[in-house]
Amino acid sequence: MTDVARTAARSYPFSAPDRLQLDPHYAQLRREEPLTRVQLPFGEQAWLATRYADVRTVLGDARFSRAASVGRDEPRLTPRQIGDGILSMDPPEHTRLRRLVAKAFTARRVEQLRPRARQIADELIDAMVAAGPPVDLVEHFATPLPIQVICELLGVPFADRHLFHVWSEAIVSTTSLTPERIQEYLDNLHGYIGELVEQRRREPTDDLLCAMVQARDEQQDRFTEQEIVQLAAGLLAAGHETTVTQLPNFAYVLLTHPDELARLRAEPELLPTAIEELMRFVPLGVASSFARYATEDIEVGGVLVRAGEPVIGSLSSANRDETVFTDPDRLDLGRETNPHIGFGHGVHHCLGAQLARMELQVGIGTLVARLPGLRIAVPESELTWKSGIIVRGLARMPVAW
Amino acid sequence: MSADWRIEVDAGRCIGSGGCVGMAPAHFLLESGRAVPTAPAVEPTETVIDAAESCPVEAIAVRDADGTLIAPA
Repeated sequence: MTDVARTAARSYPFSAPDRLQLDPHYAQLRREEPLTRVQLPFGEQAWLATRYADVRTVLGDARFSRAASVGRDEPRLTPRQIGDGILSMDPPEHTRLRRLVAKAFTARRVEQLRPRARQIADELIDAMVAAGPPVDLVEHFATPLPIQVICELLGVPFADRHLFHVWSEAIVSTTSLTPERIQEYLDNLHGYIGELVEQRRREPTDDLLCAMVQARDEQQDRFTEQEIVQLAAGLLAAGHETTVTQLPNFAYVLLTHPDELARLRAEPELLPTAIEELMRFVPLGVASSFARYATEDIEVGGVLVRAGEPVIGSLSSANRDETVFTDPDRLDLGRETNPHIGFGHGVHHCLGAQLARMELQVGIGTLVARLPGLRIAVPESELTWKSGIIVRGLARMPVAW
Repeated sequence: MSADWRIEVDAGRCIGSGGCVGMAPAHFLLESGRAVPTAPAVEPTETVIDAAESCPVEAIAVRDADGTLIAPA
């Protein structure tokens, strides 16, 4: 174990995002320097863990705390502080809020939504076919599908999507919006949810938002109004931004790996393992953040992390760890052993993981089944990628079939 | 002690997220990356229901002494 000097830090992310390519620095660090010092665009220096086992320790060991980030100048990609919501809590505070909504996202509850998601996907394809190629897959398929599902689950009017989809960018923006605009959008989003909460009080409905409001009103001392509004806004925004981005990413990876796509067409029963493999293979984030703060001295990757120091675990790097995944840089839709951590790990493991899985299975499954000739309608060099946000994704994806 | 509850973890489903260990540290621990109950039978307590209902993959089942499923509901 070594006690490393805390002076020199690499700039992180290591490079500007290049489509869905993972920076080769990660592989080098896994081999040579599994815990390294990094400086993110905002906040204090941190350790970055890149090996699978170390990342799981940082995310899963109760000696690492998210709550301890509150009041610190947390290392981050976004100008605004991550704040004091559920993502900055430890158990039992975290449990109190998570339990309020977790029941709506269990595998069984999500399974009940699958037929409706299929219907939505089919209707979107019908409309694409009626319009004729080329069609922007982002606007006409990948965006409306997850938004409609989360709207119906939460009880938010789909007709308002043009408002809250714009405001949701505030959650993922790094430089795409000014700090003032980010605050304005967040205020709008919270104000909007606040109005829906008041509506539920006047006219109860059968949706998650109403269940949250009733829990708050029955146990006034357990949840604050702000907690309910923040959590619902988080579910709405995070609940669709990620899948909206991953659906085109997954389609792009399949279309640029024609042999694997042909395999999936020939063996449609591979769909669930294919989605897990794509979750492993596609580095959604441009970099990792959400540092965990050590609450005592802990050895990670052969280095003694001191109490009070922040450590970031790279999910994308862990998912390419050659000691865990055979031939990790190869896309293998039939990969049998795939303990990827694309949805994170530990108590903050993605609340919507089952929902995202179902939507991705339905979305990709429907595209593959209904559009056998699916192809990108422009040369790859003409595809435009989003920038200035914390995730990688296509701004537009013109497709033909 | 009467009417104990039984806790089961489906090792095939468990992804080792550690959520249950965080919520109910007296009742679950992680072994080789998978959750296991610290004891197969427990006195009825809200915290094991919390853990079962919050498990992201529904790998935890809580049953009463007759085998009736209590959580996840």
